Amino acid sequence: MQEIMKWNGWGYSDSRFFFNKKGQAEFTGKRYSVIGLIIPALKDWFESTFGASLQHKTPATPILNSSAVHPPTLNETFVEELKSTGIPFSHDAEDRVFRAHGHCLHEIFALREGKFGRVPDMVIWPNCHNDVVKVVELASKHNVCLIPYGGGTSVSSALECPPEETRSIVSLDTSQMNHILWIDEKNLTAHVEAGIVGQDLERLLNESGYCTGHEPDSMEFSSLGGWVATRASGMKKNIYGNIEDLVVHIKMVTPRGVIEKSCQGPRMSTGPDIHHFIMGSEGTLGVVTEVTMKIRPMPEYQKYGSVVFPNFEQGVACLREVARQRCAPASIRLMDNEQFKFGHALKPQVSSIFTSFLDGLKKFYITKFKGFDPNRLCVATLLFEGDRERVLQHEKQVYDIAAKFGGLAAGEDNGQRGYMLTFVIAYLRDLGMDYYVIGESFETSVPWDRVLDICQNVKERIVRECKDKGVQFPPLSTCRVTQTYDAGACVYFYFAFNYRGLSDPVHVYEQVEHAAREEILANGGSLSHHHGVGKLRKEWMRETVSSVGLGMLKSVKDFVDPNNIFGNRNLL
Amino acid sequence: MASKAVYSHRDPMLKKRDDFEDILEERRNSSDLRYALKCYTPVVYKGISPCKADALTNMVLQSSHLHYVISQVSKETGRAVDDVQDEASAILEEMAQRLQLSTIRFFAFTLSKVFKTLFRSICVNEEGIQRLQQAIQEHPVVLLPSHRSYMDFLLMSYLLYTYDLALPVIAAGMDFMGMKFVGEMLRMSGAFFIRRSFGGDKLYWAVFSEYVKTMLKNGYAPVEFFLEGTRSRTSKSLTPKLGLLNIVMDPFFKGEVFDMSLVPVSISYERILEESLYAREMLGVPKPKESTSGLFKARKVLSQNYGSIHVYFGQPVSLRSLAEGRVNRSQFSLVPRHIPKRPSEEIQNFVNDSAYMLVRAQEENMVLKPWVLLASLLLQNHHQSQAPGQKPGMALDELTERVVWLRDLSRQFTVVPEIQETLYLRGDVGPKESRSADTTPEEELLSRAVIVLSCASYRNQALHVFLRPALLALAIHAAASTKKREVFYSFSFLRNMFSNEFILVPGATVQDFEEACYLLVKTGALQITQQEVLVTERGHRTIVFLTSMLDPFLQGYQVVCRFLCEEATEELTEKQFIPSIRRFIIKHLLAGRLRYTEVLSSDLQKNALAALLRLGAVQKLKGVDQGTLKVNTVMVNSLEDTLGGKLPTQKVVVARL
Repeated sequence: MQEIMKWNGWGYSDSRFFFNKKGQAEFTGKRYSVIGLIIPALKDWFESTFGASLQHKTPATPILNSSAVHPPTLNETFVEELKSTGIPFSHDAEDRVFRAHGHCLHEIFALREGKFGRVPDMVIWPNCHNDVVKVVELASKHNVCLIPYGGGTSVSSALECPPEETRSIVSLDTSQMNHILWIDEKNLTAHVEAGIVGQDLERLLNESGYCTGHEPDSMEFSSLGGWVATRASGMKKNIYGNIEDLVVHIKMVTPRGVIEKSCQGPRMSTGPDIHHFIMGSEGTLGVVTEVTMKIRPMPEYQKYGSVVFPNFEQGVACLREVARQRCAPASIRLMDNEQFKFGHALKPQVSSIFTSFLDGLKKFYITKFKGFDPNRLCVATLLFEGDRERVLQHEKQVYDIAAKFGGLAAGEDNGQRGYMLTFVIAYLRDLGMDYYVIGESFETSVPWDRVLDICQNVKERIVRECKDKGVQFPPLSTCRVTQTYDAGACVYFYFAFNYRGLSDPVHVYEQVEHAAREEILANGGSLSHHHGVGKLRKEWMRETVSSVGLGMLKSVKDFVDPNNIFGNRNLL
Repeated sequence: MASKAVYSHRDPMLKKRDDFEDILEERRNSSDLRYALKCYTPVVYKGISPCKADALTNMVLQSSHLHYVISQVSKETGRAVDDVQDEASAILEEMAQRLQLSTIRFFAFTLSKVFKTLFRSICVNEEGIQRLQQAIQEHPVVLLPSHRSYMDFLLMSYLLYTYDLALPVIAAGMDFMGMKFVGEMLRMSGAFFIRRSFGGDKLYWAVFSEYVKTMLKNGYAPVEFFLEGTRSRTSKSLTPKLGLLNIVMDPFFKGEVFDMSLVPVSISYERILEESLYAREMLGVPKPKESTSGLFKARKVLSQNYGSIHVYFGQPVSLRSLAEGRVNRSQFSLVPRHIPKRPSEEIQNFVNDSAYMLVRAQEENMVLKPWVLLASLLLQNHHQSQAPGQKPGMALDELTERVVWLRDLSRQFTVVPEIQETLYLRGDVGPKESRSADTTPEEELLSRAVIVLSCASYRNQALHVFLRPALLALAIHAAASTKKREVFYSFSFLRNMFSNEFILVPGATVQDFEEACYLLVKTGALQITQQEVLVTERGHRTIVFLTSMLDPFLQGYQVVCRFLCEEATEELTEKQFIPSIRRFIIKHLLAGRLRYTEVLSSDLQKNALAALLRLGAVQKLKGVDQGTLKVNTVMVNSLEDTLGGKLPTQKVVVARL
């Protein structure tokens, strides 16, 4: 993987946005369906939204300068014994830097400037569960700090090495443990090594006619073990469930030994579920090595869709009703007006006059004929899955509900592009960073009756904080509702601003994000829906789970890992 | 009426404050009719178009909060839901405002005429208006004017109309409803009516609070109410009532609005329309019930000159900033927001502190007319001249000298001093001696008291400026030694004793003490060392002035204590308290045992009783003998002695506080 990935940005090295000589945005590479297409409206949107200019560039340091990386602190006896096991390892600077970060803004920003903080002293690539057992035993024996590494897509500072750590830090990269060990068609389960990356898992299962249906936005790069360790959520959880619903059995190696259940019963009443100590433990207790997961036959039919609402309030009311009737499609997401405009700016160059005429007609119909205010309307994207007949029936049901809230069906293309955006949006951040624009997303979950208020208040708080902190240009502060539940929803916020004129933009960014999180908590939102706590949100853990709750978690940590071998210091 | 400039200096310090603009000037020079019919297009909250009053009541009736309370009441009482629902609708109908622009225009026309007759000028700080205009667009706005006169809320709406600002909806007491035609007129000019007391009535509370919150949240209109709850009869600010403030703050705590602007407004009258009514009311002539015919009878006031009005729109206070670090809003995360819940102690304290802060902001922005300072001096002189062997009256030169001295002193005490420059001497109020043969001594006393109380109401306007230093002066006087610690104990005792009388922020004893010390050191009246508080040679005059200012209150509280010890029988009820103590005081005044006629003020007597109840020296019995007062004679006695300086404060402080 490392060879085809960027070292200081998101995703594949061959995929990136750039502005061509004519000032039009282009996307390179052959991996995404927007490939190589010209995106004419992006420049205008970019300049008018952020007050940015293509004249003002902030390019990244192109090449990793190994000499700027601190030399490794090695535990010689550990290294000696490790050699005898034959498990591959490295202390090459590039390998170490690659595993020293996730994708938080401050992490990427520092890399682009060629700055490195504490990085792991060596990287180990175990090949199987038994290798991991050996590594953990040796680490315990020689008091070496282990930090498990899966896909490296963390956005909670979880992969950052604690700067105060004096022991040798070893990054335990699970990427070689990427096999499906067996598929059980009678029980519809698959036993998989935890280092497998989402897209490989789906591809391999698809070959046998199955899927897990677990599709987090990071699925191209994130790993099964990472999902378990952070309590991940997938886009299509309405059909397949979140990771906690998908997992049947987990094997984890801890300094105390291996933890696992003795059978694969679909549900048990055997005290608190030990899986729930593992899920969300964020690498503080051990390494997840193997997981038995539910699988499903691949869906016969998939259909995208989209609905335009006159305003965000109506859109939320519609999603709430869909959830009440428990008829949510595989995925349903509602973008606010700013994101709708953003999505619009990302439309590729149209191929014919006819298409552009058709687009014009649609726009006319919605804004003039239906009287939607282009500055208030918002759009929901939908994905239906299942057998053809049921999908069509389901689709009708959802569109009927939408109609009650003033929603107008807006076609499959818009829906599909909406989901494609999910994968390319992270590349767009890199483009912004080339032109003084920094930003990130964060998420929460909140009861239904609070959704509108939290969206409005958090967005406004961001705008106000930016102003207070001296940001010279109005920020982009936008949100979308990405998941529906019986009792609430998951809300995603995007926030970006032009930092020209600021001496320490990352610090300003962090202050604003901090304020936004305070606002989320004050408005009844959770600390995190699926990104996890890491080190970024640790300070709020006590008020989130109460002192007793924190004590419970601490006592588990103390028992399982008394010497803090898994010393990434996340969560607690 | 004679008017004469006694002094006029320009002080550069005055520049710090916003300038005032006289809005009557334009009224005198252009057509009132055209003004009443002018194009009125106020800016509104984030461009939301105001909905109709009917739509508003529907929103309230359909709110989940009200649904919840209705079903709860129905379950508790066994009444049908529909029945309770109807009651809720009826309450809402009784309460709701029906703001109509045509009515406002009518008032704009008539009030222009009335104001021009009554007042020389109505001065408004236009910068405050601009700040308000900005605030209205950004967040829901709560207007909090001071309350001295019935005039206040008509005046407010009149001003907002004049400046093309969104017209407020105003919480008004139900007593207005008694005035049939006028009540409806007020309703159509934005007043909504609330019952004076509805203690346990859950449904009423729910309808009322939901109504206010709905108007606020939707940016329907700025909500206006009086923190003091009722008109102050004494011209000093009343301790704030918290009910409505709690209600308006609730949507912010619960995340339903991002922020809210609280705008204190200070309305300073040169002379209050109800002036002599108030004095009579406090002396036991009951206030006439509000009635339309009464209003017409009152039109004789039109023939008098009431000087000028100054309206100062204060700095809008962001509730969000105010609550920052003080209120943890996530406490509302665990119960659905529409279920009514008693506010937590944290919230109660916050609301209480904010209320005091806002009333103090009102006080600080009041404009002091020179007459106020004059009244303070004349009143003190009047009392001193009561003493045997003194000649009544004061030479004009001497008075002038003292007023100038006092003006300079007060400027040193306030942050943004505003004391009007030109003094108009007035002919109709003042401690005049008039004696006719056929009055009883008691009647004579009462008629003199009317004048003294009117005069005191002017002095009271300046009290907030001198209050903290005056408490310190009194404390120095009462303390057993000059030890700083003793003075502080004494200060703390007095402050606690008088906290129903004056605006003293609860729990801010130390700050107030320090502020008082600072001010008196600054003026050179005190020298404060590590251990001791010493009055300087030249500070003597200041200290005497300050103590004399509070002296009537001190004596008033003492006499209340003495009454309770000597005369209170087993059956004394709260209702009988005022008439009985009044008889007691009249007796003592006639016998010459009391110096201050002012202690006849029922306001002072009530505040003193409230303080004693608060301190636990008097208890209100519940049950069969409801309202009966049970006096702890030992404690009341010792409080009286401490007030009189016969007992050291420390003992009481430690024992009780």
